[in-house]
Amino acid sequence: MSMRVLVGVKRVIDYAVKVRVKPDKMGVVTDGVKHSMNPFDEIAVEEAIRLKEKKIVKEVVAVSCGPTQSQETIRTALAMGCDRGIHVEITGKEYENLQPFHVSKILAKIAKEEDVDMVILGKQAIDGDNNQTGQMTAAVLDWPQATFASEVKKNNGDLTVTREVDGGLETINVKLPAVITTDLRLNEPRYATLPNIMKAKKKPIAKKTVADYDVDISPRQEVLSVEDPPVREAGSKIIGNTV
Amino acid sequence: MAAVFARTASKICRLSAKIQACRGYANIVDLPETHQLLQKTLRDFANSELAPIAGQLDKDKQFPKEQIKKLGELGAMSVNISEEDGGTGLDYLAYAIAIEEISRGCGGTGCIVSVNNSLYLGPVNGWAREDQKAQFMTPFLHGDSVGCFALSEPGNGSDAGAASTTAVDMGDHYLLNGTKAWCTNGFQADAAVVFATTDKSKKHKGISALLVPKPTEGLTLGKKEDKLGIRCTSTVNLIFEDCKIPKENLLGKEGEGFKIAMMTLDAGRIGIAAQALGIAQAALECAVDYAGKREAFGRPIAKFQAIQFKLADMTMRLEAARLLVWKSALLKDAGKEYSKEAAMGKLAASEAATYVAHQSMQVLGGMGYVTDMPAERHYRDARITEIYEGTSEVHRLVIAQGILKEYGITAR
Repeated sequence: MSMRVLVGVKRVIDYAVKVRVKPDKMGVVTDGVKHSMNPFDEIAVEEAIRLKEKKIVKEVVAVSCGPTQSQETIRTALAMGCDRGIHVEITGKEYENLQPFHVSKILAKIAKEEDVDMVILGKQAIDGDNNQTGQMTAAVLDWPQATFASEVKKNNGDLTVTREVDGGLETINVKLPAVITTDLRLNEPRYATLPNIMKAKKKPIAKKTVADYDVDISPRQEVLSVEDPPVREAGSKIIGNTV
Repeated sequence: MAAVFARTASKICRLSAKIQACRGYANIVDLPETHQLLQKTLRDFANSELAPIAGQLDKDKQFPKEQIKKLGELGAMSVNISEEDGGTGLDYLAYAIAIEEISRGCGGTGCIVSVNNSLYLGPVNGWAREDQKAQFMTPFLHGDSVGCFALSEPGNGSDAGAASTTAVDMGDHYLLNGTKAWCTNGFQADAAVVFATTDKSKKHKGISALLVPKPTEGLTLGKKEDKLGIRCTSTVNLIFEDCKIPKENLLGKEGEGFKIAMMTLDAGRIGIAAQALGIAQAALECAVDYAGKREAFGRPIAKFQAIQFKLADMTMRLEAARLLVWKSALLKDAGKEYSKEAAMGKLAASEAATYVAHQSMQVLGGMGYVTDMPAERHYRDARITEIYEGTSEVHRLVIAQGILKEYGITAR
């Protein structure tokens, strides 16, 4: 019982908000829009805390890459039960151009630096829907990966993970250290209780920059245009005799 | 010219940033982070665990026992009790936000939580000795038990000083006789703070507060009142007939009862004001949502100015009331006089709730009048907030007395 877990928590536009495209078509409107923790990341946090409660894990570290407000997301993770946070501050144009490729490199560096045994991430963030960060992090670290987890069990030194695949469920064994990404049915995240919200205020959040990890975050792709999905056209009516 | 303007603007920005920094969270444009987090927790809880069952609770007049337990686990049943005493240890602003969010999901549940927090735990926390706290506070912190507050009587309400329930000193115990009315949570409560006259000659200075466990010999309950709104709460009479209460159950000192009651009600008003805000917020959201979907004359009714004006007035009254309520909570947290502000907050919020719920029903038209939609429940739930813990009329008196006092003019 000396395992340490790193969880990724991304600040995204709240799932209940109707997303609007910016007039210049270079992105979506984020100013003054309600944000919250990526729901899949909430599941990741919950899983890590449960492992801690089962005494399988000793420490849970929550990390978020993003603007200053990402600290609020980290604070939510701390209020749910994570032990400490790392905020890698990335703002403005750099954040707009940040891709899973860059984040995975940062996460991999932190995983090494913090000497963790497990990285738990949401399978995707509900803003970009990329579904890449977990896989890429595993690749950069050269660790095994268990994506779309719907059940995670400790099995001696390994993990037995049930995955949600197209045809049904697949159960695999992975050696530690490993990267896990969470699917919707893995667990139901808890509410942060009021006393724990108070305690979270005293938990430390380390402030870092990309330079601290020596990762190149220059953009690898260029956004040409962001468009609203096409409006669904009304179906045609078949007029016939009533029965 | 533009450059001059820009420089001045940036100077003002820097200055206002400075002012905000020294005022701490008197800046109510953004709530402090802790309060935002607890708002989110309770909003999520209300959305998923209260709003879906609120209609059924109302219909069945059913006490939400399971939800109260869950709210207790979240820390919402003892928001202002210190961590050392086992409570949550948050301030009154947090309490106001918590009650608003809970009431947004279910107005009745908000009332139950508010009564336990401010009307029961408030006086117990403020005046109980350590040995009393073990019996009368600890079990009430996490939703296992709820408490109630017994001040009004069939013969007196707003004139609390005229209490006719007597507690006669019998040496080692008091003998309680009389009837207490309108005790919210009275049916489920495991204890009550009861106000009774220990010395009739001293009038309101002869009133004392007693901690009464339930059940107790000599204490019976009247019928459950059948109410217009907040129907999941129980409202009963507590009837005392030669009820023996041990001397050690005296809360505070003999004769301190009236002071305890008034101070408790000052704080309690913030809770009821917050409950009114929550009901109003739910009514407003219901109206906006409906107006965006309901079509008449070929377009959503939200596009009609008649509806837009309603939504504008509803939003404005609610937001203005919210600022008053938060201000009274901030004043209390800062240890300042807040009696007048709490009265203004409660009056503004309860009248806003009645107005907003009324207009919400109007926006929904026929659909607002039937129980298929929550608008009629908001309308019924809102009404009580203008009556209990001080009627709108009493609050106007409190506010008037407050302002006249500031100018050195006697009100009576």
